[in-house]
Amino acid sequence: MDIAFEHRQSAHCENGVISNLLNHQGVSLSEPMVFGIGSGLFFVYLPFLKVNFAPGFSYRPMPGNIFRKLARRLGIKVKHQRFSSPGKAQAALDEKLAQGIPVGLQVGVYHLTYFPDEYRFHFNAHNLVVYGKDATGYLISDPVMDYTTRLTEPELERVRFAKGALPPKGHLYYLERLPDRLDLAQAIRKGIRQTCNDMLAPVPILGVRAMRWVARKIRKWPQTIGVKKTNHYLGQLVRMQEEIGTGGGGFRFIYAAFLQEASALLNNDALARRSEEMTAIGDAWRDFALDISRIYKNRKSGSDVYEKLSDQLLALADREERFFKALKKDI
Amino acid sequence: MNKDDVPQDDSSLAKKNVHELCYAVDEHGRYTAVPSRGWEAKTLALNESLKLIDERVAATKQAVAAGELSPIAYYMEIHRMDVPLLASYAGIHRWFVKRHFRPKRFAKLKDKTLQKYADVFGITVAQLKSPID
Repeated sequence: MDIAFEHRQSAHCENGVISNLLNHQGVSLSEPMVFGIGSGLFFVYLPFLKVNFAPGFSYRPMPGNIFRKLARRLGIKVKHQRFSSPGKAQAALDEKLAQGIPVGLQVGVYHLTYFPDEYRFHFNAHNLVVYGKDATGYLISDPVMDYTTRLTEPELERVRFAKGALPPKGHLYYLERLPDRLDLAQAIRKGIRQTCNDMLAPVPILGVRAMRWVARKIRKWPQTIGVKKTNHYLGQLVRMQEEIGTGGGGFRFIYAAFLQEASALLNNDALARRSEEMTAIGDAWRDFALDISRIYKNRKSGSDVYEKLSDQLLALADREERFFKALKKDI
Repeated sequence: MNKDDVPQDDSSLAKKNVHELCYAVDEHGRYTAVPSRGWEAKTLALNESLKLIDERVAATKQAVAAGELSPIAYYMEIHRMDVPLLASYAGIHRWFVKRHFRPKRFAKLKDKTLQKYADVFGITVAQLKSPID
């Protein structure tokens, strides 16, 4: 079985899988569009959740959220299935492939054989598409890769039943039904409105308030937990912001691309200007990451380094607060 | 970010001939996706994290050699796992996993239990029991 499936690389796996699955059904929706309508831009600080020996920072919502919101806003019906037994999970996958339907899977990253070793961490919310099967195994379209790859049956079973936080449990999904007409304009407005609300949410762990919390912490960490741990925490922040999948600047550039596309679709010039502003904000995030990385390079210490980083993050929070308040009025 | 400013610093991605997509604006101000070979700032952050893992592995290896910990602890570290994660992979409660870190307990383990750990680490029981090179 080999379904004619067009593999297109994307920055982020979840957007990419959705975009590619829709494209297969003849609906052309770019990665930034998927990301924007699904309200992908986010910031969350989870001080009590330890990821890789550091607190949880994330520039995106919980895995699966973007897809769920996009499907709801566009009226797309998606079938999700989870399994307790690997045998049944494989049978269900094979059945769909035999029907000629490409299937999206949630998998763990650690056992993905085609990933560079450095990127193999125990992270269970990666997504890929299986688009065929032959004697040697499954044909895989992993949206963060340049090219399509393969996994054998045992290899695929291993990643589908990875353990740890957010275990995939064989989670598979495919598009069941598409609406006759996509109301993009309405969906875009809903998506933007929710992103504004998320980023301006009156809770300390979300949006600009979370950024300010982290900024205050950066000032205190060198005294409370020591320089070494502080540097590790900051490293984790950089990785969440820039590592494979964000398209640079903690998703800010993808979002700017979305605003640009949305501006043309809605005939709204204000959005085009907001897109330029968002690009500038993304550049400021890149500078922030660059300044953090200088700590490792120069082995520069002293508290003024952390004071400056903290001020930088506070300035970013202020800028984004103004931005999202203005964006809310534009829509 | 301008299209020409997308960093192209060699990173571990290059080894597998993988690029990552960055979004950047071209000379007309239009957004496009640009493949990148990596960025030094990121590589530095990643290396810091990998160094931390190496330090943990080295410390555990020493502890195993000194007879303070069983080899299970060492294999857990090189697989970048922690106790709860190893427990769920092996299907053994984490309280017991922690006990099995004690060399005396480890020496008394049945082959059936050892096999569970060996399967998780992708090695044989003999390898699990033999000294670490």
